[in-house]
Amino acid sequence: MFAYAIRRILATIPVMLVVALFVFSLLYIAPGDPAAIIAGDQATPADVERIRESLGLDRPYLVRFGDWLWHILHGDLGTSIFTNLPVTHMIAQRIEPTLSLMVLTIVFSIVFAVPLGVLAAWKHGTWIDRTVMLICVLGFSVPVFVFGYLLAYVFALTLDWLPVQGFTSISDGFWPFLRGLILPTVALGLIYVALLARITRATMLDVLSQDYVRTAKAKGVGQRQMLFVHALKNAAVPIITVIGNGVALLIGGAVVTESVFAIPGLGRLTVDAILRRDYPIIQGVVLLFSVTYVLVNLVVDLLYTVFDPRIRY
Amino acid sequence: MHRRDFLKTATAGSLAAAGSLAMPRLARAADSKVLHFVPQANLANLDPIWTTQYVVRNGSLLIWDTLYGVNDKLEPQPQMCESHEVSPDFKTWTFKLRDGLKFHDGTPVLARDVVASITRWMVRDAPMGVPIKKRTDALEAVDDRTFRFRLNQPYPKMLFALGKSSSPCLFIMPERIAQTDPFKQISEYVGSGPMRFKRDEWVPGSKAAFEKFDGYVPRAEPANWLAGGKRMYFDRIEWHILPDSGTASAALQNGEVDWWETPLSDLVPLLKASPNLKVDIADPLGNIGSFRINHLYPPFNDVRARRAVQIALSQADYMGAVVGEDPALWKPIPGFFTPDTPLYTENGGEPLKGKRDYDRAKQLLAEAGYKNEPIILLVATDVAITKAQGDVTADLLKRIGMNVQYTALDWGTVGQRRAKKDPPAQGGWHIFHTWHAGADCVNPAPYTALDASGDTAWFGWPKSDMVQEQIAAWFAATDLAGEKTAIDKLNKAAMDDVVYIPTGFFKGYQAWNKKLTGVVKAPFPVFWDVKKA
Repeated sequence: MFAYAIRRILATIPVMLVVALFVFSLLYIAPGDPAAIIAGDQATPADVERIRESLGLDRPYLVRFGDWLWHILHGDLGTSIFTNLPVTHMIAQRIEPTLSLMVLTIVFSIVFAVPLGVLAAWKHGTWIDRTVMLICVLGFSVPVFVFGYLLAYVFALTLDWLPVQGFTSISDGFWPFLRGLILPTVALGLIYVALLARITRATMLDVLSQDYVRTAKAKGVGQRQMLFVHALKNAAVPIITVIGNGVALLIGGAVVTESVFAIPGLGRLTVDAILRRDYPIIQGVVLLFSVTYVLVNLVVDLLYTVFDPRIRY
Repeated sequence: MHRRDFLKTATAGSLAAAGSLAMPRLARAADSKVLHFVPQANLANLDPIWTTQYVVRNGSLLIWDTLYGVNDKLEPQPQMCESHEVSPDFKTWTFKLRDGLKFHDGTPVLARDVVASITRWMVRDAPMGVPIKKRTDALEAVDDRTFRFRLNQPYPKMLFALGKSSSPCLFIMPERIAQTDPFKQISEYVGSGPMRFKRDEWVPGSKAAFEKFDGYVPRAEPANWLAGGKRMYFDRIEWHILPDSGTASAALQNGEVDWWETPLSDLVPLLKASPNLKVDIADPLGNIGSFRINHLYPPFNDVRARRAVQIALSQADYMGAVVGEDPALWKPIPGFFTPDTPLYTENGGEPLKGKRDYDRAKQLLAEAGYKNEPIILLVATDVAITKAQGDVTADLLKRIGMNVQYTALDWGTVGQRRAKKDPPAQGGWHIFHTWHAGADCVNPAPYTALDASGDTAWFGWPKSDMVQEQIAAWFAATDLAGEKTAIDKLNKAAMDDVVYIPTGFFKGYQAWNKKLTGVVKAPFPVFWDVKKA
C-alpha cells in the first residue's frame, strides 16, 4: 500500500502540470485587462499600456507561462497584481477560514447524514423515511445563499445567538471560533447532508437485503449492532467515495457561503481575483484546489482498504 | 425516568442553554474608540496615484494629507499649506508649508517631499496634473518649507488642482516613496494624515485597520470636507469588506458594524425602519449616468444618429431602473454639470426635456443612413447601475427601430473592450454605460468624459472644436462670471454635438448606527469629527 501511495502521489505531478497549463491558457485567452482596471476611467490608452508593461502582461504567452512555471517549481506562486502581496502570503491568510469551514462541514454532515440515512433505510417506507427524503430534497433544492440568509435572520437578527458575519481565528479562543462558523457550516452542510443521507440510505437498503444480514438477524444479533456494525461497515465504501467526491461540491459551495457570511477564505479570494483579473491569485488558488482534490481522492482510495479488507493495492 | 419527564427536562435544559447563549449578548461594535466601517468596495491596494479607484482614495484620505482641500462649497482651502503667493500673470506660484507637519515614521514633511509627490502625481493625473506638467518650467524646493512652480503659461486653477478631491488626489508622501515609478505600486504606506495604516492587519478583501497618529496636528479651523481641522475621535478605524449587501445590512442592524457607506437602495426601507439606525443621502454631489457613444463608426459618427437617441431617451426610465421609485434619489439633468453647484447650467438642454419623440428619432436615423446594422451595446451585467441602464437602452433602441446586439459582459471585460478602436463588427463597440461622480462633473478640470479632443479623448473619442474652445475658455477664466459664460457655451456645444448623453442625476444613501454623531454628506466618507457614544 505504501508503494501504491507513493505512486499515486508521484502521479499528481503530471496532473498538476496539465492543470497548470489549462488554467494559464484559459486565463490568457479570457477577456479582461487588469491594467485597464488599475488605470481607472480617466487613464489614457498610453497609461494603460505603461501599466501593462510594468506588470509584464505584454510579454508573449510562452514567455509568461515559462516564467510562471519556473517560479512555481521554486515554490513561488507570484505576486498579486493588485495588492502587491505574495500569493503564498494571501493564501496563507485565507486558508484557515476555508479549511475550518470545510472540516466542520464534513464533520457536521457525517454526524447528521449517516444516522439519518441509516434510519431511513431501517424504517424504509414509513413516515420517518419520507421525512428524511424530504430533508434531502430540500437540501438539494434550496440554494446555499437562501438557507444562509434564513439562518442569519433567525439565529443572528432575531434570536441574537450568533454573529451575522466574520471569522475569528481558533488562536483567539475555541468558542469565538466555533460561534462564527456555526451558521456557515449548517448552510454549507445542508446539501452535503442531503447527498450523504441519500447515498447512505440507498447503500444500506442494498446491504440490508443481503443474506448475511438475514443470518445475523436469525442468530439474534441486536438491531443496533446489526445496523451500525455489520451493515454500515459494508456500506461504507460508496459513502466514503461520495464524501471524497463531495469535496469539489464543498469548494464550490464555500465560495457562496464565504460571501454570504463574509468569511475571509479562499473562495472569496478567488471571486475577487476573477473579477479583477488578478491572474497570479487565480492560478495559485486553482492549483491549490487541484492538489487538494487529488490528495483527498488518494486518502479515500486508501481508506477503502480499512473498511473493506478485501481491497488490496 | 419516564419519557414525558425526560422530554420536559430536556426542553427546559434547552431553553436554559438558549438563554445562556443569548446572555450576555454578542460582542458588539461597542468600544466608543473603535469605528467599524463598511466601505463601498474592497481595498485591494493603497497607492492612490497608481490606481484611481474611489475606495483607494477614501482610505488614502486617512493616511495621507493634501496641500489644499475642498470644502462643501467646492472651494480649495489650505490644508498642509500655510500660505501661498501667486504672480499677477498666474505663472509663478509659491507655497509655504505649515510648521510641525510630520510623517508617520516621525520624519518632518519637507518641501522636497512635496516636490517628489507632485512630480509623481503630475504624470498620472490626466485632467489637471498632465496639463500642469506641460506648462511647468521648474518645480523646486526653495527651502525646507517652501516650494515653487514656475510655469510658461498661466494656470489660474492651481489651487483647485492641488486640492482636488477626485482621483487621483495629490497626496503628499515621503520623497523616497514618491520617487517610485508612477506606473508601479508603492510598497510603503507612510503618510502624514490623521491615521496610520496597520499593514500587519491588512487582509485584502476582508479587513483593513487604521490607528490614530498622535503626531498629527490638525488645523485650527472647523472641519469641512477635506478642509479645516481633521480631528479624530477614534483610536482605531476598522474597515470590514462586506461585498454582500444582505450581510452588510444584517451586520449593521445587529450592531456588528457602525456605518455602511453604500447601502443598496432596495434595502433602504428596511434600514429606515430600524430604530437604531439613521439613513441619509451620502453624497450631495451624486452621480451622472452616462450613455457613452462611439463617435468613430456609423451610424454614430453622424451627429444626426446621436441626436436621434438623445431626443428619444427618457431619463425617468433610466433613473427608475437605477434607483427605483424613491423621488429623493434622482432628478432629470438636461445638462452635463452637477446640479446645485455654482456652474450648473441647462443651456442647450432642450433635447433632453419634454415628450420623447420616437418618430423624429426614426427620421433622423434614416437621414443618417442607418440601415438596420447591428448596434453593439456593451453591458456590464455584474454592476447593478450599468446593467439597469443597459436594459433600458436595449428597449429604447428597439423602439426607435435599431437592431440591438446586447453584449453581456463583466465590468473587467467592458473596461478592456471599450478601449478598442476597432470597428464594432471586429471586436469594437457602439455603446456602453457608466456613470460619473458628481464631484468630477463640477467643472471641466476633472471632467474627462466631456473632453472632445478626438483621438486623445475619453472612450468614444468625440471630436468637437466648439467644446474644446469652451473648455480652454473656462481654464483661462479668472473669475466666476467668466467661468459661467464659458460653461454655458460649453454645455450647449456638448449637447449639440452629443459628446455623450446624460441618463439622469442620481444619489445614494449611507446608513449608520445612531450611536454615531457627526456623520456628514460628502462625496467621500469624512471620518474626522465623527464620535461614537
